[in-house]
Amino acid sequence: MIAALIVLSAIAGVSGLLLGFAAVRFKVEGDPIVEKIDALLPQTQCGQCGYAGCRPYAEAIAAGEAEINLCPPGGQTGVAALADLLGRDPQSLSTGQGFEKPKVLAVIDEQNCIGCTLCLQACPVDAILGAAKQMHTVIAKECTGCELCVAPCPVDCIHLIPVAQTINTWKWNSPALQAKAAA
Amino acid sequence: MNALKALFPFHGGLKTVRHKAESNQQPIQPSALPRRLTVPLRQHIGAIAKPLVQPGDPVLKGQMIGQADGYISAAIHAPTSGVVVAVESRPIPHPSGLPDLCVVIDSDGEDCWIDREPVDYRHRHPSELRNILRNAGVVGLGGAGFPSAVKLNLSGSDDLETLILNGAECEPWITCDDRLMRERAAGIVAGLRVMAHLLKPLDVLIGIEEDKPEAIAAMTEACAGTGYEVRPIPTRYPSGSVKQLVKLLTGKETPVEGLPVDVGVQCFNVATAYTVHRAIDHGEPVISRIVTVTGHVRRPGNIEALLGTSFAELVEQCGGYQEGVERLIMGGPMMGFALHSDEIPVTKAANCILAASAAELAPELPVMPCIRCGACVEACPADLLPQQLYWHARAREFDKAQAHHLLSCIECGCCSYVCPSHIPLVQYYRYAKNEIWAQEKEKQKAELARQRHQARLERLEREKQERETKLRQKAPAKTPLTPDPTGSNIP
Repeated sequence: MIAALIVLSAIAGVSGLLLGFAAVRFKVEGDPIVEKIDALLPQTQCGQCGYAGCRPYAEAIAAGEAEINLCPPGGQTGVAALADLLGRDPQSLSTGQGFEKPKVLAVIDEQNCIGCTLCLQACPVDAILGAAKQMHTVIAKECTGCELCVAPCPVDCIHLIPVAQTINTWKWNSPALQAKAAA
Repeated sequence: MNALKALFPFHGGLKTVRHKAESNQQPIQPSALPRRLTVPLRQHIGAIAKPLVQPGDPVLKGQMIGQADGYISAAIHAPTSGVVVAVESRPIPHPSGLPDLCVVIDSDGEDCWIDREPVDYRHRHPSELRNILRNAGVVGLGGAGFPSAVKLNLSGSDDLETLILNGAECEPWITCDDRLMRERAAGIVAGLRVMAHLLKPLDVLIGIEEDKPEAIAAMTEACAGTGYEVRPIPTRYPSGSVKQLVKLLTGKETPVEGLPVDVGVQCFNVATAYTVHRAIDHGEPVISRIVTVTGHVRRPGNIEALLGTSFAELVEQCGGYQEGVERLIMGGPMMGFALHSDEIPVTKAANCILAASAAELAPELPVMPCIRCGACVEACPADLLPQQLYWHARAREFDKAQAHHLLSCIECGCCSYVCPSHIPLVQYYRYAKNEIWAQEKEKQKAELARQRHQARLERLEREKQERETKLRQKAPAKTPLTPDPTGSNIP
């Protein structure tokens, strides 16, 4: 009886110490689910979901404050991926935030740019290059097509153009779709 | 005696129709000098070459007009002398029919060469030789177009055990390598010598399908006294695919998503070896290749075509189309793709132009449901499970398709060929691979955007703090007791 008590207490003590050590040694900074959600979001930082960027939206989803269908750039595939990750029911994309659109690129009409720097301040990924009273231009490679630079422009010289298909971005179509189209 | 050496058959594969005799009876014809050449700057895997010329510039035959841009890239040269008339997007041979950047040259009819400098490879440093090959635009001519200089650099890793020269040419209809081996075996072996000098392999093997006895004889004769071994291999599609050929000749299995070099083997096409010879021993860059023009043309054969010659001109040289051509295919019927027009230029990857009539095309039979017969599994030379891949690709479950090693699919088309339900299996795999690569690219782009956004937020925070610090330093002079909290926005 006494021996059993001692053995059990010893096991409990050692386990407690081990767990305590593990809690300190393997402590996870931040909420890993937020990271995982953030990794699935398209990182356009466009704010169409009503949050200040992709990460705040990811935090809101993790906290259960936001639905998973508020991200138009992520589209229906994005919603499906989030539903899969979080074990929730798939939903259709909410229409209140906007619609899934083809990818666009912001282009500044350099003839009309007055160098006001307002678009520079609006760009969430610092993809616009310029200085006060100097012409601005968009670094096409970095532009996410978030549209946030369009509204602040006082002379309406920023346009969104669809990203053209090139040899590098061309893809084969699904034969299933082709069969359906032919039928 | 060579034929008695053990071979290690790969799984699956097919006996396909051959259709080699149509085009392999006549010697290689030189191409007529075209009046205009459209030379694409992307004729290889890797980054597109950087144009070095502008409209109006005179060029000489063999002059570099596009510079290799990055490690995995290749140079492009003017195929004849003349004047550059445009550097712009033109249609190139690609399943999409989309245009890509090309240099358009009007020939002056002189065909005047640059100064060619042959080098003695035995007295040059390997990296110097690789640079010469890189600047000569030498890429794999079997169809993939991978820059050869990269493959000829083992970068100090393990020694190479076997160097394989691929003369299998297993795809039906194509005979350009066959004719090249028959007529220019000495040149191929000279190029092979340079490759062996760079890679220092223990063995050099040349794999040729046994339906090409003349080529085998010519290559055996050219190899006499060199120690290189010609190995006839059974005529079984796709024996010319790299991993299958490596297995067949050495018994070594290339790891999934690995390269033959991981098991100490490196493999090149015979035509690539020939261009290495031209580049080193003659100082000539890659400006032409041998193209098989076959199918429903009046005089099928092989033409040594200048890169940039339009397909229409080559067909014209072969007597023009016969009645009933329904589709023009680049490459063979198994792995080739249909072209949108014949007004597109020959590239380094263009091994064959097949003018197909209804007889050559597989009739379009209605697609029926998969009956799980397993014929595709039997045929798959990559040891995959085609029906599983089909289900997942069709359902857009790309992660599951990837877990079944979709990316190891060599797109040989054996599965589609044997499918009794006529399911276009290989088209599904191509589609799924494209989607996976596109998603991967998208992910990388999103990651970049995330980092830039993060950097921006940190910058804004830093600037705000700097302003506050500045304000606090100034503040005591004005209002020592109550710093204005709203003043933080004033710079």
